[in-house]
Amino acid sequence: METDVLNQALALECHHIWKVFSNTNHHGWHRIVTKTEAICGIDLQVPRHQILGILGPNGSGKSTLIRMMATLLIPDQGTISVFGMDVLRHRMEVRRLINRVSVEASFFKKLTARENLAYAAGLYGVPNLRAQQEATRILERLGMPKAKLVIPLENLSRGQQQKIAIARALLTSPTLMLLDEPTTGLDPTSRREVQDFVLQVRAEHDATILISTHDMQEAERLCDRIAIIDQGRFVANDSPTELIRQWGENRGLEQAFFRLTGRDFANEEESL
Amino acid sequence: MIAMEREARALGSIVRRNFHLIRRYLGWEVVFLFYNIVNTLTIGLIGLSLPPSQRATTVVYLAIGALLWNFLSILFQEIANAVSWERWEGTIEYSFMAPIHRLTYLFGVCLYAVLYGLLRTMVVLLAIMFFFHVSIRHADWMGALLVLMGSVLPFIGLGLMGAVLPLISTERGAQATQIIQGVLLLVSGVYYPVSVLPMWLRWFSYASPATYTLEASRSAILQGRSIGSVAGISLELLLSGFILVPLGLWIFTSAERWAMHRGTLKRNG
Repeated sequence: METDVLNQALALECHHIWKVFSNTNHHGWHRIVTKTEAICGIDLQVPRHQILGILGPNGSGKSTLIRMMATLLIPDQGTISVFGMDVLRHRMEVRRLINRVSVEASFFKKLTARENLAYAAGLYGVPNLRAQQEATRILERLGMPKAKLVIPLENLSRGQQQKIAIARALLTSPTLMLLDEPTTGLDPTSRREVQDFVLQVRAEHDATILISTHDMQEAERLCDRIAIIDQGRFVANDSPTELIRQWGENRGLEQAFFRLTGRDFANEEESL
Repeated sequence: MIAMEREARALGSIVRRNFHLIRRYLGWEVVFLFYNIVNTLTIGLIGLSLPPSQRATTVVYLAIGALLWNFLSILFQEIANAVSWERWEGTIEYSFMAPIHRLTYLFGVCLYAVLYGLLRTMVVLLAIMFFFHVSIRHADWMGALLVLMGSVLPFIGLGLMGAVLPLISTERGAQATQIIQGVLLLVSGVYYPVSVLPMWLRWFSYASPATYTLEASRSAILQGRSIGSVAGISLELLLSGFILVPLGLWIFTSAERWAMHRGTLKRNG
């Protein structure tokens, strides 16, 4: 199966994905069920070695889509394949090829970075010693002092925790990396370090990267293609240059985003 | 072979992670242990209020109940709360998207629960021995240990079923596991013989593995019944484990699939 992976031209393929969530609310004795269409008929192809950005306002379905690709959520309809393998039928094989960094760096907060990384690496069968050496190397590259490895995660800043989350994902040498707003909450320097590292990972590890972000500059800098998602639907999927040319009146990606979704991030944050 | 090695490494990392967590939450551990010791001593002291001829036997009868319940409830709680704990820390998605069999993950949790439960129960046992100075000359300790080992599997099975509740209900699942534990405590004859229960409750006691564990352990320790005579019960407990563990695993994986459909594996985001 692993040799087949090397022969696949497409790293990721989504075919007509739908996901509807049901929410139940109780008003007195009445039970009210509401349905939310989170993902509506998404089709997507990501060639290997590409960095695809997903841009979208809050609640547009970015994280839901990434969760389905990460085998954590089952679509109601449609199929998702990673290197030609269906994420539901070949769950274990797919899980060996992917890793994910989510917007919130989820860790055992009382454990040190070293202990958290040892646990994560162990789950993927990586020997502890190798994991520690690799983690130190990755974190040094991300501008993180070695001494931080022995401090409980709860005592590290949000940016430092996020760097460790990235190190955790990279420890397993994923062929497909799913980055769900990895730089949200980072200061400009850390953000730049993470972005540089993403580019380096793609260059050195032959990794395909899917990144969701709110940061237009980040998307423009990192992504070969950008898919703009709104209310569970892709409203555009093209190279950044083409998106700016077609939709942004050559005034930038933000203008293109605004025209395609009919709103900007500032309005979105105000409405929340 | 490589796959086996990978699964073994994952198993080891789950056990190690949990022991690391004990170290970090040492304050809580001290409180739990202190409560366990005080609770067991309090229950044992009830025996001292009886006439001298019945004291030693009653103290041991109650202490066995308290100790075994201590061990079995730790086992049940640690397994049943594994999901709640991961959800609370926010790590559940990372643990569940790892390329390991769910059985490996759950077996890692169970292995830790057995080791941790034994460790804590041993400390409580030492406290009892120190406090009560009770000596049981004819006790068959090996027989009691055999029964205890036999009861581990069915309790793991029950724990796996309990672990499903936090998967199904993100808000109330963890609390609901207490109901299972409470019912087991009521019907299993932890501090009294099940014969005192009303008939309708006694049916539940027949279904609880703890009932047989307690009965057999008491007969081994108090009456000194030989290993041979408790081996049958141990075997029955073991066999019930062979049914309850796969059943618990099937229920767990079905609930996990349901949670992955509903999007409740993680509560927010």
